[in-house]
Amino acid sequence: MMTSTTAPLAQPTRLAAPTLEISGLNFYYGSFQGLKNVNLNIYEKKVTAFIGPSGCGKSTLLRTLNRMYDLYPGQRAEGRIIYNGRNILDPGQDVNMLRAKVGMVFQKPTPFPMSVYENIAFGVRLYENLSRGEMDERVEWALKKAALWGEVKDKLNKSGLSLSGGQQQRLCIARGVAVKPDVLLLDEPTSALDPISTVKIEELIHELKQDYTIAIVTHNMQQAARCSDFTAYMYLGELVEFGETDQIFMNPAKKETQDYITGRFG
Amino acid sequence: MPGDHSSKQYDMDLEAIRSKVLLMGGMVESQFNDAISCFRTGNITQAEQVIKGDENVNKLEVSLDDTCSHLIVKRQPAANDLRTVMATLKVITDLERIGDEATKIARTAKNLHERGTVGVLNHYESVRVLAASASESLHDALDAFARLDGKQAARIISHDDVIDHEFRAITRTMVTFMMEDPRTISAALDTLWVAKAIERIGDHAKNIAEYVIYVVEGKDIRHTDYVYTKLDTSV
Repeated sequence: MMTSTTAPLAQPTRLAAPTLEISGLNFYYGSFQGLKNVNLNIYEKKVTAFIGPSGCGKSTLLRTLNRMYDLYPGQRAEGRIIYNGRNILDPGQDVNMLRAKVGMVFQKPTPFPMSVYENIAFGVRLYENLSRGEMDERVEWALKKAALWGEVKDKLNKSGLSLSGGQQQRLCIARGVAVKPDVLLLDEPTSALDPISTVKIEELIHELKQDYTIAIVTHNMQQAARCSDFTAYMYLGELVEFGETDQIFMNPAKKETQDYITGRFG
Repeated sequence: MPGDHSSKQYDMDLEAIRSKVLLMGGMVESQFNDAISCFRTGNITQAEQVIKGDENVNKLEVSLDDTCSHLIVKRQPAANDLRTVMATLKVITDLERIGDEATKIARTAKNLHERGTVGVLNHYESVRVLAASASESLHDALDAFARLDGKQAARIISHDDVIDHEFRAITRTMVTFMMEDPRTISAALDTLWVAKAIERIGDHAKNIAEYVIYVVEGKDIRHTDYVYTKLDTSV
């Protein structure tokens, strides 16, 4: 008898091993339990989308994947998240290195109050000792990866805050890839952007997944359907259903999933 | 049955489409039955009504396609709603074709009776059983679509073999007539066209049943032997 939190996914063939294996994950905001016994895999170089109503735990789950919750007292996680053979929830985990390898982009673009160049270079300098020439190359590479180079190459010294919303978000993505992560966590990356910027970011996600594993939280179900390979539907802290995106959106196994994606919220 | 959408307007849009499809279904059922009737009786007026009536069927097809397009762009349906809309679009096409086949039967009836070649052979009697079979299939398919009854749909799909078998029997009979007496050729050919039209209607009814299974189970079973596998495993 399956509980509602066991991911009922028939193992897909031709998949690489999971980059992140989440098992028995529970999360607490003080005495409130935000995640309940979550089990699922994030597969390598695939896009996994998390959908569900507000308060379902999708952003909470994302933030456990790079220990962002550590910044806030009273928040704690229990269970296992295996990355590179280690449980990242262990106290011995180097969280700074983790956050370089598992990068995050937030809903509201958060460029540093520095030049475009420095936005990228700042993070790289924390981990690597590059010469000026090597840093220039890395900055250019990261900006190209984020499909932003063409628009900013002549104004690398201008403040990151002078860019448009869509450009700022791509700058944040460039900042994330500059430190050579394995995983990118995108928390509603286009919610604050206009439709054209949104399309550019979605196209970018499609290119980035050739090199990176991506997890995205989104309120926009059509975005999840367009962008992702796998979709997880969450409700009240539990993982209700997890599967290949095509199957979730065409013929979900659970009625609760179907009700949510078809707008039957009653 | 799934519950209501949070948007009442969405529910109303879907219900409007459903009602129109059932209206179109009822229309083509009547067209078919009337066409067979005038093939039997030679009622030219009725034949002409069927031929003219096809215009209404065609108008409904166009209107329904348009309504479905609007629903897709407004609501971006997913899962069972999407399968329902996709199936509806296909059912509409099959219904319109049934209307065309009924019109062909009516035209043939008109020609047969106007030429005065009635009585050369038992044209109606030759297709009576086939017509009853196809009419029942069509009725049951529309009923299965209205109630989303997957089991009834499976029965209709397997029954199509009976219709095909009956059609082949009629073909052999007509060929025999034509070989024995060339004076029967004209009437025999007319009867054969009518039998073919009826057999096609049976095929369209089977298609509708396949779409019902698509909506209910999420499986596209066209061009497979899904039904035989299902029947083999059932007691």
